[in-house]
Formats: sequence, structure tokens, C-alpha cells
Amino acid sequence: MREIAYDTVVKAVRDIIVHCGTDLPQDAYDALKQAMEEEKSLVSKEVLRQILENADIAKDEKRPLCQDTGLAVFFVKVGDEVKINGGLLKDAINQGTQQGYIDAYLRASTCEPFSRANLKDTVGYNLPAIIHFDIVAGDTIDIEYAAKGGGSENVSRATVLAPAAGMDGILQFVKQVISDAGPNPCPPITVGIGIGGTFEKAAISSKHALFRTLGSVNEDPQMAQFEERILNELNKLGIGAMGMGGTKTVLGVHIESNPCHIASLPVSVNVQCHSSRHAHITI
Amino acid sequence: MSKTYYLTTPLLEEQTRQLKAGDIVYLSGVIYSARDAAHKRLVDLIAEGKELPFDLEGSVIYFVGPTPPKPGDPIGSAGPTTSYRMDSYSPTLLKYGSKGMIGKGKRNQEVKDACIEYGGIYFGATGGAGALLGKQIKKAEIIAYPELGPEAVRRLEVENFPVTVINDTFGADLYQMGRALYEVKS
Ligand code: SF4
Repeated sequence: MREIAYDTVVKAVRDIIVHCGTDLPQDAYDALKQAMEEEKSLVSKEVLRQILENADIAKDEKRPLCQDTGLAVFFVKVGDEVKINGGLLKDAINQGTQQGYIDAYLRASTCEPFSRANLKDTVGYNLPAIIHFDIVAGDTIDIEYAAKGGGSENVSRATVLAPAAGMDGILQFVKQVISDAGPNPCPPITVGIGIGGTFEKAAISSKHALFRTLGSVNEDPQMAQFEERILNELNKLGIGAMGMGGTKTVLGVHIESNPCHIASLPVSVNVQCHSSRHAHITI
Repeated sequence: MSKTYYLTTPLLEEQTRQLKAGDIVYLSGVIYSARDAAHKRLVDLIAEGKELPFDLEGSVIYFVGPTPPKPGDPIGSAGPTTSYRMDSYSPTLLKYGSKGMIGKGKRNQEVKDACIEYGGIYFGATGGAGALLGKQIKKAEIIAYPELGPEAVRRLEVENFPVTVINDTFGADLYQMGRALYEVKS
């Protein structure tokens, strides 16, 4: 058994949150820069220039990239040989989240769903975090984190198609979701697609797909090809940066697929805005 | 061709009726922040015939919930939020004198019609450019509903705040126009 102190986790989580609030990851920055160079519309080009300038200002002056600093979403793989000393892993992640959001002057955006009362003084500052746990072999804790804003989450959709719909049906569904979303999720976007599993498995896979590095190629050659096809089709929609019209609506399409029931074809589309704040650490 | 304007608030109807979808405007002067919760309260006050926390005539309302300011700064990051959540309230505010809204994303037909009728403009600011836009805000002061936190109504003094006309007083919509230019139908 490897023992990891509760406070070590709190500090590690706090640190990635502070970092992500102001520093756009390199993969997102590079993809946006390439989009700016290739964009045909001058209006969208100018929007992309502003987005990159914003990233530079945020990094240099340590200002939050976007005022929507998101809900904190985690995918955590816990090694079966790890023991947390001094408290529960879940509490440590929540505590690190709260500390990071306060220390970096990020916004508290969690609320009670009906009264809409902000939870910062009752449950905690931007708490609770959304945490997906998995248990794996080993003696480390692997943490993937993203600050997920509301604008792109609001246009995300899940459905269960008939198996006969196949790849064409999936493409149609994704196209409809992105077309309906238009300017709202702050394009250029990344599109995470979860296929198969059950209803909720598809949704979680579509979220996790967004953590993959932009520009990376799917390990499954068939899926890599499908991603390429969907990307081309989505960029034909003409939505452009911030919906102003243009050729660069989507920076990447990431698919995660799972075995599913013989009767169903679950599909989920989770959209990530251009402010793709994410990080990956191992403790 | 799109034009560039430098305008100071409050906006006059003869100014807003000149603007066309796609024009770039640099706004200076005072604008007010409000999101859904504040909009609901403002519209309720109008319905009850009570006084509003600021003068609506010629006003520009910015849909924003900023991050907390760092010590010494007037405001934190402050980019636009998605505007459709204000669609049910905006026509009333335009009717009672407001002339401009700043946000991001699509508006419904009622808002577009109200822009035509009352001489209002829907401006788009670059979503996710909160650090850049926050720097154009020189002074910020909460003037109503502090209990709403980021959603409180703030009086903001801005200088050359960059926005683009999305919906004008002629019924045009930049999102539809822009997309039509680049959409490839299969
Ligand atoms: S969608 Fe993303 S970039 Fe746009 S306002 Fe929300 S968090 Fe910021």
C-alpha cells in the first residue's frame, strides 16, 4: 500500500485549478492559431485574433480566461494500492476545488436548481465538484480536470438511436445538434461524441472524449476516419467563430465508443467551447 | 460593407437606427450589467410602476456575471453570457427606453421585432474573451441586488468596448447572414 496524505491531494487539485483558470493549454492555443490562419471569413478571423489576444492577456496578467470559470469536472483513476491518509479522497478533491477557485479569483457558479440560490456560502465555493471515479491497478492517483462552462454544456444532447441508424444516423444527429447550437456555445468548438454503452455511459464517454489532446488521432483507425468525416461535415455548416459565419466552426471531433445492448445505439454529444481549460496530473 | 463607429452612451434613437448588422462599434460611457435574475426584478418593478435602479432611457445593458476582482482592479474577467435567457425580458426593457443589449448567441423573434419597433440594437461581444473585455471596464459599482453576487446590477464605465451589431433596427441578423455566406449545402 502506498500512503498519500489528504493535504497532498488538496494542494495538487488547488494548483491545477489555479493554473487552468488563466493558462489556456497549448493544444487549444495551437488549434485556435491554426484556425485563425486558415479561416476565410475576415470577421471570424478577427474574433479568433481577439480570442488569442485574450489568452495572452490572461496568461501574462493572471486574469481568468473567461468569466464563466465553470463547474469543476474530474475523472479520477485511483490505484488499488493507494490509501489516503487523513480523510476521504472525494473530500480532498472538493476542498482543493474550493481553495483553487477562491485563490485564483474564479467565479462561484454552482446553485440550487429551483431557487437558483448560489451555493457558495452553504455547500462551498463552487462546490460540489463533479467527480467520476474509476478503480485501476497501481499505486498512483490519476486526475483529469476540466473547468466546464455553461454555454457549451447547454447545447449538449444525448439520445438513443435505433441500431439501423448506424454511422449515417449518428452523423445526422451530431450535425443537427451543432447546427441548432449555432453561435451559443462559443465556437470554434470541440465535439465530444460518446457512442454505445447505455444512456448514461454514452454521456460520460462524450464528456471524457473532450479531455483528449486536440490534434491527436483516434487509436481506432475506423473511428479516426469517422471523426474526420464528421469534422468536415460540421465545418460545412458555416457557423464560424462566435457564429459570425466562417469555415472554422469545429477544432476537433473526439469519439469514445463502447459495446452496447443489441437493441440500442446510444449517442451523446458534449460540446466544449474554445476556452478549453483542462489538465492532467498523476499523484 | 461594415462600418466602424465610436459611440458614447446613452444612445440616441437616431444613432441606433443608423447601425447595420455587421458594423463594429466601440462603446464608451456607462453601461449596466444584468443577467436573468436581475432582469426578472427589473421587469417586475416596471409592472408594479416602481422606480428602477438606473435610468433606462438610452441605456445599454450588458449580459455579464463577472469573476471577483483581484485586489486593486475594478472588476474581474467580464465577457458576455448567452443571451437567450434574457429573451423574455428584453422587449419590455426596450419598450421602456433601453437602446442596446450586449451578449452572445441567438435572440428570438420577439426581441428582433422589439429592436425594429423601439430602435434597439443587439450587440455581440466575443464570448470567452473575459480577460480582454474586463480590461475595457474602468470602473464598476454595484447599484442593486448585491445578494445576487455575480448577477448583481453593476454600473460599469467602459472605454472603447468592442462589440459587433448582430441584430439591427431593420430586422437583419448577422448570425444568419454570416452563416449563409459560408454554409456548404450537401
Ligand atoms: S461557452 Fe465557454 S467561452 Fe463561452 S462564456 Fe461559456 S465558458 Fe466562456
